[in-house]
Amino acid sequence: MNVFADALRWIVDPAHWVGSAGIDYRIVEHLAISGLAVGLATVVALPVGVLVGHTRRGRALVVGLTGAARALPTLGLLTLLGLALGIGLRAPVIALVVLAIPSVLAGAYAGVESVSRMAVDAARAVGMTEWQIVRRVEIPLGLPIIVGGVRAAVLQVVATATLAAYIADAGLGRYLFEGLKTRDYAEMLGGSLLVAALALVLEGAFALLQRASSTATPRPGGTLRLLPDPGRQ
Amino acid sequence: MTWLVNNLTLVRELTLAHLTLSAPPIVLSLVIAVPVGWVAHRFRASRSVLLTLSGLLYAIPSLPLFIMLPALTGTSLRSPVNIVIALTLYGIALMVRTATDAFDSVPTGVRQSATSVGFSAGSRLWRVELPLAGPVLLSGLRVVVVSTVSLVTIGAVIGSRSLGSLFTDGFQRGIPAEILTGVVMTVLVALLLDLACVLLGRVLLPWSYLPAVSPRRWLGRGREVRAA
Repeated sequence: MNVFADALRWIVDPAHWVGSAGIDYRIVEHLAISGLAVGLATVVALPVGVLVGHTRRGRALVVGLTGAARALPTLGLLTLLGLALGIGLRAPVIALVVLAIPSVLAGAYAGVESVSRMAVDAARAVGMTEWQIVRRVEIPLGLPIIVGGVRAAVLQVVATATLAAYIADAGLGRYLFEGLKTRDYAEMLGGSLLVAALALVLEGAFALLQRASSTATPRPGGTLRLLPDPGRQ
Repeated sequence: MTWLVNNLTLVRELTLAHLTLSAPPIVLSLVIAVPVGWVAHRFRASRSVLLTLSGLLYAIPSLPLFIMLPALTGTSLRSPVNIVIALTLYGIALMVRTATDAFDSVPTGVRQSATSVGFSAGSRLWRVELPLAGPVLLSGLRVVVVSTVSLVTIGAVIGSRSLGSLFTDGFQRGIPAEILTGVVMTVLVALLLDLACVLLGRVLLPWSYLPAVSPRRWLGRGREVRAA
């Protein structure tokens, strides 16, 4: 367990908490890149997913896309974009957006589709317009699954943002690659522990958010069905 | 194309290495997750604990897991054993949930009928529940196959040889064709293994491919299979 003690000592060392190489800076950077990517992906994928769920057209496209996304190796996408776009944050952010889209899309589609047809028909019968049905019936009722899609995207993006340090020196992944290069296991392990902790904290936060977004009364013994994400790295 | 033609031997060698790293985690996670899923299905108290644990395990990013594992297991960072253990853990995390669902999907009526015609608990599990859970288990296995094949490539950044080595090498030397070859080959390997699972399922679980009008649908199984 000595290595873990070394890694923890590396994490709490005050020298590692100053400047633009500091742990606090890198955590913010990591979260900012991930947040930007998930935000952009949501802007693109959420309306499309809701539209597919509402009209029930293009279902095959969504299913096919999420399946294909699982098979796509993220490191391949990152390095390919890295070569094409050069050094900088553009390549990793684009790669992360591409990776986040299928999860958000699948969640939005599945969330809207999960809403009972009876509720939708009832809304139509009392005279709601299609737009009102989407906004006031389908989205609120499907929200837990929609949030589940975003949760899956966040997990995947935070993980892949670590990998992105391979092509752009940004985020917590830098410690991993720096440590690998200099054979500094304490730094590598310390960085890994930070990334894992960050991922677990976000997972917990989103689990709570997902639960809070449910308008349904909890069924006895039933837990919320979370959407299986279409793969992550 | 020129790059590929000149490096066929390398691509073949890395594809084989990739398969060698992918196969053990897929098999191991199936063998381990099915009993765990059965426990989660059978004993209500264990259910939320097991499902939460596998959810948390799956939340840990792969590269940090590759780096953290040697500190726990004592293997070396680049050892294939390290990669296999990490990917087995992910496979289990993915598969436990599906295995639980699979056993849940066996209709209670069928289970009770099996008991009433004299199946012991053990033979009921082997000859009734497991075969009927098969189609859902297969759908979970297919997810594990595709995800494992894709995750093996990450090992390349810590120096483990696989098709992912084409990404790191291609990136460092600035050869897009090399990376593209790696992407295509990885997807191809994933699709071929997935196809193998489907064919294996057709041989081992012929009852899940009966026409929709089959009287067996009366057992109420058809719905779960399609949903999977």
